[in-house]
Amino acid sequence: MNKMQQRLLHPSKATRQDRFGKTISLICIGFIMILTVSIIGFIAIHGLATFFENHVSVMQFIFSSNWNPGQLGKNGQPQVGAFAMIVASFAVTLLAAILATPFAIAVALYMTELAPKRGAKMLQPVIELLVGIPSVVYGFIGLVVIVPAIRSVFGGTGFGILAGSIVLFVMILPTITSLTIDSLQQVPDHYRKASLALGATKWQTIYKVILRAALPGILTAIVFGMARAFGEALAVQMVIGNAALTPTSLTSPTATLTSQLTSQMGDTIMGTLPNNALWSLALVLLIMSVIFNLLIKVVGKRGEMKK
Amino acid sequence: MTTNETVITTKDVRLYYGEHEALHGINLDFQKSQITALIGPSGCGKSTYLRCLNRMNDLIHDVTITGSFKIDGHDIYRPQQDVVSLRKKVGMVFQQPNPFPFSVYDNVAYGLRVQGIKDKKIISQKVEESLKQAAVWDEVKDDLTKNALSFSGGQQQRICIARLLAVKPDVILLDEPTSALDPISSAKIEEMLLQIKDQYTIIIVTHSMQQASRISDKTAFMLNGDLVEYGDTKKIFLNPEQEATSDYLNGKFG
Ligand SMILES: Nc1ncnc2c1ncn2[C@@H]1O[C@H](COP(=O)(O)OP(=O)(O)OP(=O)(O)O)[C@@H](O)[C@H]1O
Ligand SMILES: [Mg+2]
Repeated sequence: MNKMQQRLLHPSKATRQDRFGKTISLICIGFIMILTVSIIGFIAIHGLATFFENHVSVMQFIFSSNWNPGQLGKNGQPQVGAFAMIVASFAVTLLAAILATPFAIAVALYMTELAPKRGAKMLQPVIELLVGIPSVVYGFIGLVVIVPAIRSVFGGTGFGILAGSIVLFVMILPTITSLTIDSLQQVPDHYRKASLALGATKWQTIYKVILRAALPGILTAIVFGMARAFGEALAVQMVIGNAALTPTSLTSPTATLTSQLTSQMGDTIMGTLPNNALWSLALVLLIMSVIFNLLIKVVGKRGEMKK
Repeated sequence: MTTNETVITTKDVRLYYGEHEALHGINLDFQKSQITALIGPSGCGKSTYLRCLNRMNDLIHDVTITGSFKIDGHDIYRPQQDVVSLRKKVGMVFQQPNPFPFSVYDNVAYGLRVQGIKDKKIISQKVEESLKQAAVWDEVKDDLTKNALSFSGGQQQRICIARLLAVKPDVILLDEPTSALDPISSAKIEEMLLQIKDQYTIIIVTHSMQQASRISDKTAFMLNGDLVEYGDTKKIFLNPEQEATSDYLNGKFG
């Protein structure tokens, strides 16, 4: 009797294991939450210091293209204008996405609709390979092949937005392609059958039904690709030219938010304005990545409602 | 109007999925302005046979079809046959309602747009006409821009039928069109089929004996890939010649 009571009143081994597992995962989650919050807090504190401690105006930061945080300008204000970097970042991102999207859709259609067996066999490994190549290799190829090619065609140094976009195009192509493939595969087969049974050709079925039904997924894929392009630093830094100048053409040397960060971060001292200014660039990157994430959520939601 | 003219003639139809022979030589004819019901136990080859008539079996890998299929005197498997135009002429309604995830209007307009019709007036007119013919107009007329998937299964199926009627096929194949629907929706579809049958040649696969007896003029009973019996629906139901047919109708198997 006593033994029985004891057994019932004490937690069993399974319960203890259960609790133990729960505790461990809670600790891990807590740790990651703290980490995330502190990264955001850290970036925000340093990034905002430019505005609150060094009294640079936000307007100037966004719309001025004088980037020389170490020196005072003619008006006695520090020169912290990130316009050039913001423009260049958006330019390479958009251009890379515009270049990559048609290719990604074409490859994805080939692999899902036109030649699923052969296409998947040949192209799947290629896509996986492209994902696995480190960005420094892409940058290196860009530097050795693309920059000289642009130089000989368009003149100038060859460094600039065009070179950056081309390198990013190759880098985000697999991302957009594989996500587009996923969304095409999710289009139920009965849409295809319904369309063909109504006397539509294969192409009509593809562009009037399949692409339309998969559109939210494809848009999500593009935004994912853009997020990747916007955040890529190393490869871009190697081909963009790294001059904090507003780009005057696609082939003039400039700098993106990320390339400016990677190329300058070793040269500044923590707590000084030049260092704070770099943190402000990082803050812009963080905000943009939040916006990309929201965009993906919104587009994805719209897709769900349609199904 | 000439009724009872034979529109479809099929002779010695054999179909192989790989090595497996699923149809063992079927001879069947279908007449204009009549509804023919295909009945038989599950797996006997009704859907398989039906898909031969609009060449949807072409989409399935490793299918071999022999025999002769003539629609309006033309062999639909002749090399120069354009499958796309065949499917405009021979439409199909599937077991599961399968509207596109677009508006009701875009669904019904789809077949017209695919044919290159751009005139908005003509399209609107045909959309309305087809939805009325499919007996679903009153239920969707205020929501033509709403996603077709937001309607009930029965409404979706009638939208699919409207989508098909809009392209004015000569032949309508229906593969268990009401098996996923409630009795009221089914009754609406049956009534609608009786309404429109004069202008079409209709073939319907069904597992419901009541449905077959209510709406069809002719009935074909299939078993294990063979055609067992074919004739006037009344005759088949009241006085079948084959023992297998009467056993099936009496629910002894199936
Ligand atoms: N795509 C396919 N590949 C291989 N075999 C198939 C395929 N489709 C059908 N079969 C086979 O062909 C035979 C006939 O199938 P079918 O679908 O035509 O029967 P059915 O009479 O329509 O049955 P149900 O009433 O269940 O719909 C079955 O033995 C089935 O397993
Ligand atoms: Mg079937």
